[in-house]
Amino acid sequence: MSIYLPIAELPVNILLIFGLGIAVGFISGMFGVGGGFLMTPMLILVGIPPSVAVASVPSHMAASSLTGTISYWRKKLVDSGLGLVLLSGGLLGTAAGVWVFSLLRRAGQLDLIINLSYIVLLSIVGTLMIVESIRALWRSMHGQQAVLRRPGTHSWFHGLPLKFRFRQSRIYVSAIPVTAIGFGVGFLGALMGIGGGFLLIPALIYLMRVPTAVSVGTSLFLTLFTMLAATVLHAVENRSVDIVLAFTLMVGGVIGAQSGARAGQAVRAEQLRFLLGLLVVAVAIRVGGDLLTKPAELFSVISSEAAK
Amino acid sequence: MNLRKANAALLTALILPAFAAPAAHAERLVTSLSTHRVLISSNFTGTSLVLFASIEESDAPRDKPKKYDVAITVRGPATTFVTRKKERILGLWVNYGSRRYPETPSYLAVLTNRPPTEFGPLALQTKYKLGLSIAALPPVISNDDEFGEALLRVKKAEGLFHEQTNAVTFLTPTLFRATLPIPGVAPTGPYEIDVQVFANGALAAQQSTAIEVVKTGFEADVAHLARDSRLDYGLGVAFLAIVVGTLAGLIFRRS
Repeated sequence: MSIYLPIAELPVNILLIFGLGIAVGFISGMFGVGGGFLMTPMLILVGIPPSVAVASVPSHMAASSLTGTISYWRKKLVDSGLGLVLLSGGLLGTAAGVWVFSLLRRAGQLDLIINLSYIVLLSIVGTLMIVESIRALWRSMHGQQAVLRRPGTHSWFHGLPLKFRFRQSRIYVSAIPVTAIGFGVGFLGALMGIGGGFLLIPALIYLMRVPTAVSVGTSLFLTLFTMLAATVLHAVENRSVDIVLAFTLMVGGVIGAQSGARAGQAVRAEQLRFLLGLLVVAVAIRVGGDLLTKPAELFSVISSEAAK
Repeated sequence: MNLRKANAALLTALILPAFAAPAAHAERLVTSLSTHRVLISSNFTGTSLVLFASIEESDAPRDKPKKYDVAITVRGPATTFVTRKKERILGLWVNYGSRRYPETPSYLAVLTNRPPTEFGPLALQTKYKLGLSIAALPPVISNDDEFGEALLRVKKAEGLFHEQTNAVTFLTPTLFRATLPIPGVAPTGPYEIDVQVFANGALAAQQSTAIEVVKTGFEADVAHLARDSRLDYGLGVAFLAIVVGTLAGLIFRRS
């Protein structure tokens, strides 16, 4: 069943797009990641122009993360205070990331920088998560208590001022490192064209010692706001948000996100971290493989209007 | 500059034979196209136009009827293409060289009754831009240009460049028909259609016409909003995301 996309200016198989929405929405709801790092490349593979794909995916992420947020909110697994502090840093980081993005684009090797940062970041984060979660699984299998949260241990940043108590997360930390994490995630997210959930969740779990489920819920909450902002920005700046594409992805996305959120809450936290680690490493291998193997078509053609 | 040159060349090609017409060729071409507006609505997946044309011969002696050749060239709105080549640097395949192709048709179809190489000498093909590569690429670029070849290859695979050497059917020796494909991926805008008739290795008659590919109804409204009311449109899509997300949250609560 084909439908014509008014902004992308081509007909697409609507069921295929809907299916993509469900699949990525499921992953999004389960792990609390936006799913942009999966969705954008898939849409480009289907033939959607990259500018339209990049601009339309954020609204899909906003819808999926909203329904995910609602689901986590009911179970009191969203720390809105922590989310808002993260958001303040995140918005600054996004602005900085957009600025560096245009600098790199002028230098002409944006694709390479993006791909290399994907590989480096994803493989480090993914490997750390896999190693840690296997250890945690090993401990629990041998009947030992998981010792992720050590009440007595303090990192250096616990000495910083501006301390807040984030109730849901059961942490009492300074707003400064939280804002810094928000900034870093926003910066890399804007630079790499992703929501940054897969960076934020490990940062919250391992640096801030936030429980896994609350990290996921809070990440969804943050993704909701950054992606709503990104949708409006893309519409104003690039005029390439396709509402038909966005709506199809959204409807598929929320259905997938609901079942994903349930699946995510059903599995144990260590297993969830292990699976997310696997997913992140798989994407790193995929991007790395593309860079290392000889492509079937060495040439690519873009219309220079689209490149602007 | 390039545009002006190309236009000048095109004008010369169009005007010169017209001035020379009474002496040089005694044929007149009458064409009829099934439509001049292709309307894009939500179920658009491409369409095709039918072109009928008749070669009106003057009352020249009919002792040996001429055999005609026909070339129909359909050109979509001009754009600038950039072809990039990947090369292996430090073990990684990265974009290295690139070449710009300004003033290239965003859609191009060359339809003939037989391969244009059989129409006459090479000079004829070059002069009247017969064939896909000659029609698509600027003349200064030589044939062994790998970037140009890649451009043709990629665009053919996307369905935007199209060449068919048996697309023109003669119903009588002077009446022919052709089907012009407009694929779903065709860009919107004005399209030029040039019909050229050759006899004995020389241009006998030609006729230019135009069509327009436009969005209609909902598709046109959306494109219009996205272009002219950017902020409202962006807020609208964001609001839609909130509605869809909230509705899903409410519906799934029950189950």
